[in-house]
Amino acid sequence: MRNYPAIVARCRILFRLFLGFSALFCHPAFAHAQQNNSNEELLTLPGEVGHFGGRLVVSLRGEPKTLNPIIAADARSREVIGVMQADLIHINRATQLTEPALAKSWKISPDGLTYTLVLRKGLKFSDGQPMDADDVLFSFHVYLDENTHAPQRDLLIVGGKPIVVRKVDAQTVVFQMAKPYGAGERLFDGLAILPRHLLEQPFQEGKLAQIGSLSAAANQWAGLGPFRLREYVAGQRLVLERNPYYWKSDSTGNLLPYLDELVFLFVPNADAQVLKFQSGETDLISQLGAENFSVLSRRQDGYTVTDAGPGLEYNFLFFNLNDLGEKASADLQRKQKWFREVKFRQAVSAAADRDAIVRLVYQGRGAAIWGLVTPGNKRWGDTNLPHPARSLDRARALLKEAGFSWTTGPNGESTLQDSGGKPVEFSILTSSSNADRAKMAAILQDDLQQLGMRAQVVPLEFRSLLDRVTQTKEYDACVMGIASYDADPNSDINVWLSSGGTHLWNPSQTHPATPWEAEIDHLIEDQMSARTFDQRKKLYGRAQEILAEYQPLIFLASPDILAGAKNSVGNFHPAVLEPYVLWNVEQLYLKNGRENAAQ
Amino acid sequence: MSRRRKTANWLLVLGVLHGIVICAGFFAPYNPVEQDRKNPYLPPMRLHFMDSRKHLHLRPFVYPFQLRPGTFDQYMEDAAHPRSLKFLIAGDRYRMLGFLPARLHLFGTDNERIYLLGTDAFGRDQLSRILFGGQISLLAGLLGAGLTLLIGWCIGAVAGYFGGWSDDVLMRVAELFLALPWLYLLFAIRAFLPLTVNPLQAFFLIVAVIAAVGWARPARLVRGIVLSAKERDFVRAARGFGASNLYLLRRHILPEVSSVLLTQAAILIPQYVLAEMTLSFLGLGVPEPVPSWGNLLSNLQQYSVLVSYWWMYLSALVMVPFFLGYLGLASALQERPAAYKIERRSLGSLA
Repeated sequence: MRNYPAIVARCRILFRLFLGFSALFCHPAFAHAQQNNSNEELLTLPGEVGHFGGRLVVSLRGEPKTLNPIIAADARSREVIGVMQADLIHINRATQLTEPALAKSWKISPDGLTYTLVLRKGLKFSDGQPMDADDVLFSFHVYLDENTHAPQRDLLIVGGKPIVVRKVDAQTVVFQMAKPYGAGERLFDGLAILPRHLLEQPFQEGKLAQIGSLSAAANQWAGLGPFRLREYVAGQRLVLERNPYYWKSDSTGNLLPYLDELVFLFVPNADAQVLKFQSGETDLISQLGAENFSVLSRRQDGYTVTDAGPGLEYNFLFFNLNDLGEKASADLQRKQKWFREVKFRQAVSAAADRDAIVRLVYQGRGAAIWGLVTPGNKRWGDTNLPHPARSLDRARALLKEAGFSWTTGPNGESTLQDSGGKPVEFSILTSSSNADRAKMAAILQDDLQQLGMRAQVVPLEFRSLLDRVTQTKEYDACVMGIASYDADPNSDINVWLSSGGTHLWNPSQTHPATPWEAEIDHLIEDQMSARTFDQRKKLYGRAQEILAEYQPLIFLASPDILAGAKNSVGNFHPAVLEPYVLWNVEQLYLKNGRENAAQ
Repeated sequence: MSRRRKTANWLLVLGVLHGIVICAGFFAPYNPVEQDRKNPYLPPMRLHFMDSRKHLHLRPFVYPFQLRPGTFDQYMEDAAHPRSLKFLIAGDRYRMLGFLPARLHLFGTDNERIYLLGTDAFGRDQLSRILFGGQISLLAGLLGAGLTLLIGWCIGAVAGYFGGWSDDVLMRVAELFLALPWLYLLFAIRAFLPLTVNPLQAFFLIVAVIAAVGWARPARLVRGIVLSAKERDFVRAARGFGASNLYLLRRHILPEVSSVLLTQAAILIPQYVLAEMTLSFLGLGVPEPVPSWGNLLSNLQQYSVLVSYWWMYLSALVMVPFFLGYLGLASALQERPAAYKIERRSLGSLA
């Protein structure tokens, strides 16, 4: 009985050897030589030509919940889905511009209402089934169906009406919108085209949400991305294998991807990820904190860490501006009188030492920000936005104008008090799992102390923090961060619009609570349907200026995107957009791979 | 060495250590919450007596650190600008023993700052933080142990002396408390409390919580001693002469408990200091920026701090002499033959 596993293991080794030999003969490089002659329209990528073969190991913050893009809400699932699925038009993470993907070309009608997309010929899902316009139609039908509750649905409602999708022929699809859409073809990024042959029946039976679980057999799921499912070991790892039907090639005509296997290890803790990377268990690491980055950069043996520059994450402080009516406690109502005072918020902003935050929290690997658009966003930053330096004098003057005054305590410390003589004291919530934001709050606490405000930092578990901010609304102030998924303004639409769920200081309003929020709503809605980039940028810039004037969010700092890779990984170019390191996974290769495809 | 000498020596050691912590304002050069944002994670400055030209100085001095260009936390000594230490110098305001306003510090420099134990992530002086942090942690230990012993003493005496159903009930409750996983209980208690507590409230909460959880063991010990003492001949004799319960407890029984209580105190105080540190380490204790030993150690939860800045461990080392002191005292106290004392007294009463 004891020997049984050993025998199995030996059989497995033999089997693998056999597989290895057979792989030599039907290697992609050979296979591809034939495919290249067929009339498939491959997308040829520029860049360094790599080697075939090998496995790349990366760590994932935890187990993905699903492989199904219709129900995926967590970041881990989306990261995995990103390498298993493909979209019609894709945003290049390096240039932040759109480029053809499953659609080889597209046309937008002069009135901006009709998009005509032409698909590549000969596309196949990872299970070998052909893909055509019917799959596109089916996918959008699913996304727009109210009963599936797909998170993508909101994106596809333009001007209050869902997008209408029509098939012209097997290769051509037309999208009809009720209103012009400012971001244009960027809309299609991240909208995975689903396999109709696998999903049509479950969809009609209303069981779509049950499809795509990780433990299902590999042949029950298919995508158009560079990798497909091979093996899932609960609690440990997810192994993906090369999709032999992928539709991209390198500049010499080799069919991508280069890697045979992509392995996601489930490592829940950031420090543990660093240890695994340092010991060589994983090949790539991303979303590094500045402190771990400097630990890794001190002794780079066999690996290199890279600072890709400022990303799209913005961290900010905000006060509770919700109109709670009778529900609010008397204490909160009294505090909200201060919070609603624009000059109070401006004073807090003037007192915040953003440079210290960048230096102490991000070790200089970040940027101070005064608006929602970070320096990592190359196109949309408003150049007119003021960047006032820290000034306690200005802060004091603003507070004085707003009717605050100071008293001196017995120890010589000054205390700020409001016009009613009450001392200004409030608490700042932070997520207990995010050391960076806790540090930011500690710096702010000290900054505000110098104005005579007594702030207390309260670390909370993230879920209960979110519950307080968005549901019960029992809090004074909070330090939070949001990472835009795209450089386009529309990716932050829920922050901008007063009806948005992440309009954090006063979410999901039925009517804009203040005139300036109403003005921002107008500007953002106008830019959504504006036709040219310049028009949009002007409107968006104005919205940024209003936000900077009224300071509902007091912007603090934006961290750089820090990542690392073993020196043996080729084509490693971390980007500032998600997925930071796996965006070009089809081009990643191992320099000690089996065979040089370029020869 | 005699028993008495040993006890006195350990008490002296502890007295000196506690004196330093009580007068933290004097021994610490700076205000523990003041941030020096230009100097995060500064390594400890070494005291020098010999300068670069081999001249001997009577007054110790330090070389300040300069940031190595292009780095965030790599510093090098700047030998061109030595800073000499001044003793008994006026500096940051503080309150001696919590109420006497003072400005005098044991040492400091004229304008620039010196960091003998380095700085933390915000450039706060580690030495000052350790000294002031000791005030919180030790006071929590002392108060917590005192409260625990008081509760344990009362309950133990009642259970042991009166016996019967009160003994049964109290001891079953004590066993229940002994069986509780106390750390999780603390988590649960803390979770029910209001979101924002100011440092003082948080401190008393911790003390109350650790005291409320730990009374069961001393109560059982006290009960055992009371139980055996009340059956002794001299107690019976006293009762025979018409002594009241209160008199018996006060005059004859509870004095027997004193040595056990003292030993328990010496064991419990360091335990409770550790309990406070555990709570603060896990973020349930006194909130930042107020220092406590547990708070200081919680920096070490981060891998990067663990491998990069060795001086952040110093707050763990500083507990060692305190714990040694208390445990030494405990063992010296334990050598006092409590049982023998009773024996001798009862023999004496026979004679």
